Amino acid sequence: MSVTDHSRAAAAFIKDEKRTDWHDETLWFVREKRDRAAHTVPEWETLRQLASDIKDHTLSELDSYLSLFEQRAIANGIKVHWAADAKEHNEIIYRIIKENEVRRIVKSKSMLTEECHLNEFLVQQGVEVIDTDLGERIVQLRKESPSHIVLPAIHLKKEDVSATFHEHLRTEKGNNDPQYLTEAARQHLRDKFIQSQLAITGINFAIAETGGFVVCTNEGNADFGAHAASVHIACMGIEKVIPRAADLGVFLRLLARSATGQPITTYSSHFHRPRRGQQMHIVIVDNGRTRQLGRSDFRSSLKCIRCAACFNTCPVYRKSGGHSYHNAVAGPIGAILSPNMDMKKNADLPFASTLCGSCTNVCPVKIDIHNQLWKWRQVLATEGYTGKDKTFMMRVMATILSHPALYRFAGYSGRWLLRLFPGLFESRKLNPWYREREMPVAPANSFRQWYFKNKQKNHSS
Amino acid sequence: MKVGLFIPCYVDQFYPQVAIATMELLEKFGCIVIYPPNQTCCGQPMANSGYAKLSGGCERNFIENFRGLDYIVSPSGSCILHIREHLQSANEPDIAENIRRTSYELTEFLVDILQVKELNASFPFRVGVHVSCHGQRGLFLSSMSELVSPAFSKPEQLLKMVDGLRFSMPVRPDECCGFGGSFCVFEEAVSVKMGKDRLREHNANDVQYITGTDVSCLMHLEGILRRQGSAVRTIHIAEILNHTAHVSN
Repeated sequence: MSVTDHSRAAAAFIKDEKRTDWHDETLWFVREKRDRAAHTVPEWETLRQLASDIKDHTLSELDSYLSLFEQRAIANGIKVHWAADAKEHNEIIYRIIKENEVRRIVKSKSMLTEECHLNEFLVQQGVEVIDTDLGERIVQLRKESPSHIVLPAIHLKKEDVSATFHEHLRTEKGNNDPQYLTEAARQHLRDKFIQSQLAITGINFAIAETGGFVVCTNEGNADFGAHAASVHIACMGIEKVIPRAADLGVFLRLLARSATGQPITTYSSHFHRPRRGQQMHIVIVDNGRTRQLGRSDFRSSLKCIRCAACFNTCPVYRKSGGHSYHNAVAGPIGAILSPNMDMKKNADLPFASTLCGSCTNVCPVKIDIHNQLWKWRQVLATEGYTGKDKTFMMRVMATILSHPALYRFAGYSGRWLLRLFPGLFESRKLNPWYREREMPVAPANSFRQWYFKNKQKNHSS
Repeated sequence: MKVGLFIPCYVDQFYPQVAIATMELLEKFGCIVIYPPNQTCCGQPMANSGYAKLSGGCERNFIENFRGLDYIVSPSGSCILHIREHLQSANEPDIAENIRRTSYELTEFLVDILQVKELNASFPFRVGVHVSCHGQRGLFLSSMSELVSPAFSKPEQLLKMVDGLRFSMPVRPDECCGFGGSFCVFEEAVSVKMGKDRLREHNANDVQYITGTDVSCLMHLEGILRRQGSAVRTIHIAEILNHTAHVSN
């Protein structure tokens, strides 16, 4: 991986400009829905502050809230497992599968299991998991990863879905009718639900006070899976805990409005204890989160409730597509979470931003995303992940701009060259600016030169 | 009132007319404008690329040039934001702090400090307003579409005082143009695509000019417009506010 990965993938994405426009407009539509939903809540900004404060407080006492949650969950009859990293998380789940001798497994959306590459791991062990979120099922059939954490198949058009379903679900070739395709998916998934023996879900909010947890879906697929199967495994990152049930009111009002512009997700399902004869497990995962908690500049990124509002508002995301971020969580939030996991691999991501700041403004828990992008850039440059060429270029620039005489000489020569030999700058290969933009017109005099010729003369006359 | 005129490096080299307009505007409103002759750059190009540690030389030079003034004013929201958020001095922290506190982008200086209520300006054209992100979301020059808050705009407040000017906003009123400093070359494809999409919305409004508070955004949009062979021109807000009926541009 090199530091230009995102830009290369983005350039490839943009080559199909019509499709890029469609992607951009689809996500902008979601952003506008979010705006309308936010404006129906007069106290919106207060609510964001409250959510941010609750998360800050929880992160400051994360250990005690996690212990309390564990204790209450165990008292409710839930088995609690702790995983230090992705490997442990996957092994715990595999062990539960083996112990129960089950074969038919369904999973609703969980970005944590994507982050841990659970599906790939289980396939290697000979275990197949069916993703039951419609978007996730589509990308699973295509052997792709989700391109968006809320809308996993947003990079695909109905024609793509039709082709995929024709290949895997034997739907009519070329039938692009969304109603028809959805019905085919419904029948296919209904079968899987009825037969499922074990259901894996994510967790949106784990409540320390009650030992229960809440899973939000629009399709009801988490409920379907969990209610049909005799084993339910719910997976959460350590940052998912909130102190009290009363705090849910704050987060549930923000989550769906920020994510899709809905007042609330269609299903906000509360799980407290296994039903009679059922096993319920919770896997609590660190996987680098305590390391991020220890980075004072970046700890607040753990406040994230995965609404993806920052994706939808980000013009870079909308125009480059989720896969260009080569990480389970794409978009602006992914760009500040991923360097914590692997600086070398994700060194390009904090640079995939103009630092416009829109992400920070839409964030329902007020993470200062664009400031953290800036700070990650400093860390990555200091740690040597930005490339020798760039470092050299920056050194030269810093030297010139630190010395007024050198700066004036460079400016004068640059303009002189641009005026007399414009061809020097007109290489679409060597000069990325020139590829689709004309060079600025170089004036004969800089402002400083003008000032000393005209202004001072006027003053003295 | 002694006002230091801070002309960002690329404006000095490529857009002297923006610097002249800024200086003349400030003088019109009675400011004693001082142009420190050895100024260079605020250090933002290095800092935003991850090399803030290399911007010490620029910072020392900036402090050397701009100490002891009542205010520092610049026709760039982005450079002023950088000064306000990042200018540091290990030896003279008080002076650095004073500079951070007294640095203003031109339109906020005109509205907040000089409290300009009328302008003797005329610009009888259809003008599209490009809202530059650092000025807007960083310096709060205007309200932001993401937030649930009352609407306001300092640049628009000033443009409304210009005779004959008809301004319009693009459909997405505050979407980034894609310049983004070194982003414009390292992420060239996305940068240009973002710029083209902004221009498409302005073209739909049939504008003759596109204006804004940051020359960098305008330089990027101008580059695309000229490549497209468009008749639409970019113009910095200082040039419009300083444009009188008898002076033709």
